[in-house]
Amino acid sequence: MNIGPPPIKECRSYGKIEIMSTLQTTTEQILQLAAEHFKVPREGLTADDDFFKKLAINSLQALDLLTRLEQHFHIELPDYELQGVSDFRTLAERIQSRL
Amino acid sequence: MLDLRQYNSLGEALRAALERWPDEICLIEADRDRENTRMTYREFQHAALPLARALQDAGFRDGARAAIIMTNQSKWLISAYAIFFCGGVLVPLDYKSTPAEQLQLLAHSSAEFLVVEYHLWRALAQAEGFKNLAVRVVLVSEAPAGADLTGAKRWEEFRDRREPAFVPRSRKDAACIVYSSGTGGRPKGCVLTHENYLEQSVALTSLYPFWPGVRYLSILPTNHAIDFMVGFIGPFICGAAVVHLRTLRPEYIRDAFTRYKITYMSLVPLVLKNLERSLRQRFDDLPKGRRRILNALIGVNRALTRRRPKLPLSRALLRQVHAAFGGELRALFVGGAFTEPATLQFFYDLGILVGNGYGCTEAGTVITVNDFNPFRADTVGKPLPGIEVKILNPDAEGIGEVAVRSNTVMSHYLDEPEMTAETIVDGWLLTGDLGRLDVTGHLQLFGRKKNMIVTEEGKNIYPEDVETAFEGLSAKEFCVFAANFLWPARTMVGEQLVLVVHPESGQTVTQELIAQFTDRNRRLLNYKRVNGYLIWDRDFPLTASLKIKRGELAEQIRRSFDRSAVVAL
Repeated sequence: MNIGPPPIKECRSYGKIEIMSTLQTTTEQILQLAAEHFKVPREGLTADDDFFKKLAINSLQALDLLTRLEQHFHIELPDYELQGVSDFRTLAERIQSRL
Repeated sequence: MLDLRQYNSLGEALRAALERWPDEICLIEADRDRENTRMTYREFQHAALPLARALQDAGFRDGARAAIIMTNQSKWLISAYAIFFCGGVLVPLDYKSTPAEQLQLLAHSSAEFLVVEYHLWRALAQAEGFKNLAVRVVLVSEAPAGADLTGAKRWEEFRDRREPAFVPRSRKDAACIVYSSGTGGRPKGCVLTHENYLEQSVALTSLYPFWPGVRYLSILPTNHAIDFMVGFIGPFICGAAVVHLRTLRPEYIRDAFTRYKITYMSLVPLVLKNLERSLRQRFDDLPKGRRRILNALIGVNRALTRRRPKLPLSRALLRQVHAAFGGELRALFVGGAFTEPATLQFFYDLGILVGNGYGCTEAGTVITVNDFNPFRADTVGKPLPGIEVKILNPDAEGIGEVAVRSNTVMSHYLDEPEMTAETIVDGWLLTGDLGRLDVTGHLQLFGRKKNMIVTEEGKNIYPEDVETAFEGLSAKEFCVFAANFLWPARTMVGEQLVLVVHPESGQTVTQELIAQFTDRNRRLLNYKRVNGYLIWDRDFPLTASLKIKRGELAEQIRRSFDRSAVVAL
């Protein structure tokens, strides 16, 4: 699966040229992964969407998505990082701060 | 198990436990597939006593209030024991509340000491109102090296090796102030005594005993009443071990069962349903032949356990299913919210016992629980030993308000004598829940009398608490109701909140106004959000002090509209 530039950590680990993973590209990757994970059309999702409502998911399913995102971005986010987060943009900011 | 009649306080009972089982494992803390901590009762004591002494050196007095805001972890229990050892009153706060709510409850409880994880402390320090925080000593755990602690001290370094002085308390003294609700409205700080907890421990362990070697898997935060009782006090007074898992990710929960050979676990309906879903999925993925064999074995197990559970037989019949739960599981406990009978039956048919319970903070946690004698999916079980339950003003079908009398019922609501008098009448705690006792003494629940909802995560949500998020709406007035309070329904699942808005005279409901509803709704944590709105064109009935007469308004709305008038948000 190729859905945008690889995250910064991955680049560093391979000693390749560092590619800046901007908030915008991170958000885009999250939207794509969420769409795939919950089997909904990508076009139907926007950064400001409330993912609980839009995807009709509960907090455990949101944690499932977080696990998927961790695998993709090669980071580890404690459960509490999702606390109070309900839109993709804020989620992207939390992830971006760990890249 | 300790003979709890000998002890007057939680501190005394816990101290006796630490001395009685020094070499037994009491705590394991796992984070995903890593193990952070593993300690014996002796090591637990060695971790807690220097903390107790340092607290005393910092001026911790008998009866001082100390709050803990932490996720699910071992330092919660170590800190709580140190506080009890010093004769303190514990204020367990929900780490999932917003910093503003936590600041409000810290002020309301008059907590002088605070134990908090670094990330939560950072959020508190950035919140409006932080400068008014009156806590004297703040201990922050797991802070990175060089972090700005905003006046706090490091939990890990707050130690004094000299012997602390144990401070005795009497049975009627307050042990904990537990908030059952209330930030937008009046905070309900349930003052629970040492007697409440000691009596509850006796009652619970008589049905579900712990012993050295038992491993309890803790995934709920310890501020949650169930985990405090079943994931701390219960196991400790019996020399058992608590395994903390610092994540709710289903894959790590599954892993913990097998890795730690779990005996008991408490969960809320949301997690139980998730387990059910994942098991069903695994069953569905089986090849047809194996699926047929599994179905046959489930049928045999169901037939053979109709009257009572036969755990060894179920484990032998459905070996792989039980192996996935570690092979040592005796029971799961579910509570905090209503669980659908079909889910309970699903697990029982597999030989996985789910002790479905009912309780509330005001009653000292558990009121009734299923004893499997026989299993009933349609009830929340019988009252625990020593707890009396009666139904007030039953209707023709025997359904009325559930009332409870017991030594486990709280002393009072902190600083709220009127609210206490409305809630505890002639020694009976009025739960606000509607139920019926059947001929066998089992309690069945049918809905609520009070204006509130409980989510699948076991969160009690009071409309008054979410109304503050809607302040500043461009409308004349507004009010939030539980939908089932407006339109009574005999259900306790899928409960929803409704925002009732009365626009200004001549004001039309525009997209901009609806956008205001949505924007404000999103400021709330996801589980607190209202599900829809209702436009109301008359003035709200008000008291002389201009408070909304909610009961009267609900009656008016009920006469004019049904549920279909609610527009989804």
